[in-house]
Amino acid sequence: MRKKGTLRQILLITDGCSNQGEDPVAMAALAHEQGIAVNVIGVLNENAPEYHRQGLKEVEDIAMAGGGISQVVYTKQLAQTVKMVTQKAMAQTIKGVVNAELQQILGSKSTMEDLPPDKRGEVMEVVDEMGETMNLEVLVLIDASGSMEDKMLTVQESLLDLSISLNSRIGENEFSIFAFPGKKKEVEELLSWSSKLDSIGKIFSKLTLGGITPTGPAIKEGIAAFTRKRSSKRSFLSDDAPGYIEESGM
Amino acid sequence: MMPQDISKSPVCNLAAGEEIRGKWNQLIYRIRRRLGYGATGAVYLADSINGTVALKIGHDQMSITSEVNVLKRFSKVQGKVLGPSLIDVDDWQIRSVTYPFYAMEYLKGETLFDFMRPKSPEWAGILLVQLLTDLHMLHQAGWAFGDLKPDNLLVTGPPYRIRWIDVGGTTVMDRSIKEYTEFFDRGYWGKGSRKAEPSYDLFSAGMVMVNLAYPARFTKKSDPDRQMQELRKNSPMLRLYAHILEKAWNGKYRYAEEMRNELVLLLNEKDKRTVQQNKNPAVQKKAAVQKQTRQSQKKKQKSFIAETFLVFTFVFVVYLFYMLGQTM
Repeated sequence: MRKKGTLRQILLITDGCSNQGEDPVAMAALAHEQGIAVNVIGVLNENAPEYHRQGLKEVEDIAMAGGGISQVVYTKQLAQTVKMVTQKAMAQTIKGVVNAELQQILGSKSTMEDLPPDKRGEVMEVVDEMGETMNLEVLVLIDASGSMEDKMLTVQESLLDLSISLNSRIGENEFSIFAFPGKKKEVEELLSWSSKLDSIGKIFSKLTLGGITPTGPAIKEGIAAFTRKRSSKRSFLSDDAPGYIEESGM
Repeated sequence: MMPQDISKSPVCNLAAGEEIRGKWNQLIYRIRRRLGYGATGAVYLADSINGTVALKIGHDQMSITSEVNVLKRFSKVQGKVLGPSLIDVDDWQIRSVTYPFYAMEYLKGETLFDFMRPKSPEWAGILLVQLLTDLHMLHQAGWAFGDLKPDNLLVTGPPYRIRWIDVGGTTVMDRSIKEYTEFFDRGYWGKGSRKAEPSYDLFSAGMVMVNLAYPARFTKKSDPDRQMQELRKNSPMLRLYAHILEKAWNGKYRYAEEMRNELVLLLNEKDKRTVQQNKNPAVQKKAAVQKQTRQSQKKKQKSFIAETFLVFTFVFVVYLFYMLGQTM
């Protein structure tokens, strides 16, 4: 049970309304199939018009298909939310794995909720332990369409804050950041896998905000980035034991 | 779709008189009133077979289970009871939805702000000493409190004693802090990691003092160090503790006891200073106080003489017996 594994997560920060390329909900389902949870944070202006709020329905659909968590927030709550969503998503993924194990032991349909409170507490300690010690790979997808312009500074601060929290864990962390649309392509890599986010200030200043919102292609590119990372790691480490998280995801 | 509003959740809107029966232990709780609500659920005052209890109902199994785990651990911390004691853990099922809940001891008291309003500023120091004493015990037991803030604290009594009421942020040492509030979080101020260690709690403890001086709180400016220095200087209450608060801010204390002892020393010193100030004859009221203290000092001197006399007599009697023993 204490075997170390790696949690893989996509964190999508958007203000909704994708309008180019593949269906983002389908791409999220594809990611989920490969053991990557897709979490979505919808950012809303305090004075957003009604039709804009409606557009955020997509946020929920993507996360549901991606086996992740979604949350819609106002810009100023972003920092807390980015961290909360990431940690909740980690816990949810781990819980999914623990539930799968429980079902093997106790028979089908059993979940943590079916255990009496006492036993639940013991299981929870295992979940906590795993959340603290497992390795984590977070790929951040940032919506860089024009309407996000006034939120970029907050996004940057939120990510720095996230890295403070995650780097306080015992397990290893790696982050990668992509923006969509990019300068020349639909999706552009801003930061390749790295355990520190100290340098993201520079990255963000280089960012130019464009008109379209290719959310689907961005998720697809995210999956590809995970796959590339996995295969490059394999060539270095032949004994890269595939954790249960990799296979089952949820 | 709107940002989720926790206050609209059914568990936050139970009516007075409503009854909740636990699925596992079958105990019944009758709701009296809501005491408060937070990110993970709501706390109610309720009557049960175990008397009046504080009942916390949530919607997230995991966070409620975590909190229960912490409360259980608290009862294992030796010596004094640190948090409220845990009474019952169960699930409430209604319309095929299950809400986890637990019942704990109901602590009656005042919020930190209400308590401090009519009190003199040294009370803030005394409460902090009490808080640091408890923190030291908690740290010794291998835990950090995490989400330390006035909202999670209560003053019970008299005799007045600071107690903590919400232990949801309590984290095993060296792990990442489970729950925190920006204003009290050193990560937010750029003063360190969110790793559970004594200095994390001591930073927050210092910020609790700052919050008492500035109840409205404030946000981070470009140079937090200077910002905080100014704020300490501009508050008469914080000025008294400026040196200690600065050390806590900079993570200079490795143990709660270290900070506590310095604070106790400072509070004792401060007393002397107030007495000296009282020698100023211009203020009659203060002079009267001074008279009183002098009188009590005189009384103390008298009792000191009496004590000394008694001790001498006792020693003399013992000596007599000894001599007798020698001669026989």
